[in-house]
Amino acid sequence: MMQQILRPFITLAGLILLWWALTAFTSLPPYMLPSPVAVARALVAQRETLLGATATTFAEIILGLFCGTILGAALALGMVFSPLLQRWLMPLLLLSQAIPVFALAPLLVLWFGFGMASKVVMAVLVIFFPVTASFFDGLRRADRGWLDLARTMDASPWAILRHVRLYAALPAFGSGLRVATAIAPIGAIIGEWVGSSAGLGYVMMNANARIQTDVMFSALTILSVMAILLWVIVDRVLKRVLYWAPETTGGP
Amino acid sequence: MTRAGCPGIVVDKLTLRFGDRTIFETLDLTITGGEFVVLLGTSGVGKSSLLKILAGLATPSGGTVRASDGRPLAGRIAYMGQTDLLYPWLTVQQNVMLGSRLRGEKADAERALHLLQRVGLGERAKALPGELSGGMRQRTAIARTLYEDRPIVLMDEPFSALDTLTRARIQELAAELLEGRTALLITHDPFEACRLGHHLVVLSGHPATLGAPILVPGRPPRAPDDPHLLETQGHLMRVLTEHETE
Repeated sequence: MMQQILRPFITLAGLILLWWALTAFTSLPPYMLPSPVAVARALVAQRETLLGATATTFAEIILGLFCGTILGAALALGMVFSPLLQRWLMPLLLLSQAIPVFALAPLLVLWFGFGMASKVVMAVLVIFFPVTASFFDGLRRADRGWLDLARTMDASPWAILRHVRLYAALPAFGSGLRVATAIAPIGAIIGEWVGSSAGLGYVMMNANARIQTDVMFSALTILSVMAILLWVIVDRVLKRVLYWAPETTGGP
Repeated sequence: MTRAGCPGIVVDKLTLRFGDRTIFETLDLTITGGEFVVLLGTSGVGKSSLLKILAGLATPSGGTVRASDGRPLAGRIAYMGQTDLLYPWLTVQQNVMLGSRLRGEKADAERALHLLQRVGLGERAKALPGELSGGMRQRTAIARTLYEDRPIVLMDEPFSALDTLTRARIQELAAELLEGRTALLITHDPFEACRLGHHLVVLSGHPATLGAPILVPGRPPRAPDDPHLLETQGHLMRVLTEHETE
């Protein structure tokens, strides 16, 4: 257990050491690669700007994750209920993923403004698809025997969906949500790059223009820590909710 | 728990085709109310399909199935599948009361617990199925079947996944607890058939036909070394292997 917690920190410390060695023993200029010390200093010096920016980006990601998950789950449920809806919706869903969100970003900023809305929409666009795809798959693949048993017990189609298919699909839904959480920051950050006046992406664009590479790195550091923490929390919650679906790997 | 009023099952000219492949044609079978009948056959002969039709889970290409009292079978059947079919997210007791949950009725927790005690799992009511052994899971499935309290019980090789000794114990338990109900068990195991059935019927051939009912003397569950059982088992082995080589 101790090892499990220690291992990522050892890896991290190794990487930072390597990074520090690169800056200390090569003649790379600081605007190309600032040293870890410089980044730490920037973190402290710019803490108020960074804190505000982090709060904005965090809110965008959480809102996007919340709306994206609800939209994704609703679409999956709708498609399971109605094959007609599935036939009409599936091509649209694929289209929404075929166009890169990068390409859509300027349009979304134009439509939804420079504020938070366009970033949340972008995050939702990135997030809903893995949720829909996994949850829909899980709903369709409920064990035949479970369904047969429920039918011999005179369960209505609604009861079968609510008491059997929904639960049977939860592990698949969990996988989709894990993927969604991991990629959630993408939408928010792209939105902030394209047009915004707040958030970590905005700080990075500004720092980039002024060649403040150390500030860019400090924003990146915060973003990674936030993304990892978010993923760990979602993973823990899912494991607790899905206590009955044990993982079969890890043992002999 | 003898139930004199249990209806029998009348299968009349039942036909099942998948495309131009005929699984069976104009099958006739009558099961007397309150009897334990075992349908024996090799894999792929159409046993499971026949049972699914009786359970209302599949539609035949032709023919009818009805209860001997003339009323429909629907709502009077309990079903046990090839695996225990316990829902892993429900506790053992909740699994026993599954029918109530699915029909939106108030669950009878006391009766569920009582049934669990009868199958020897009173202590494990709050456990999840994942924590139980194969034999315990199958006993939970029996308790769930009894909770449904239907006069007719259909079983699709429910014991085939268990090891020999556990299977023998569960067979005895099932025979004892289901006594008096109309039961149809399908299996490929002549030994299991001879232990449990009042009557045995062999389904064999392509398209499959039913052989004449075989009566095993003595009351089930029969002891593993019962002479009648051993004699009938030998006979069945001969019949089944003959059909295989045809």
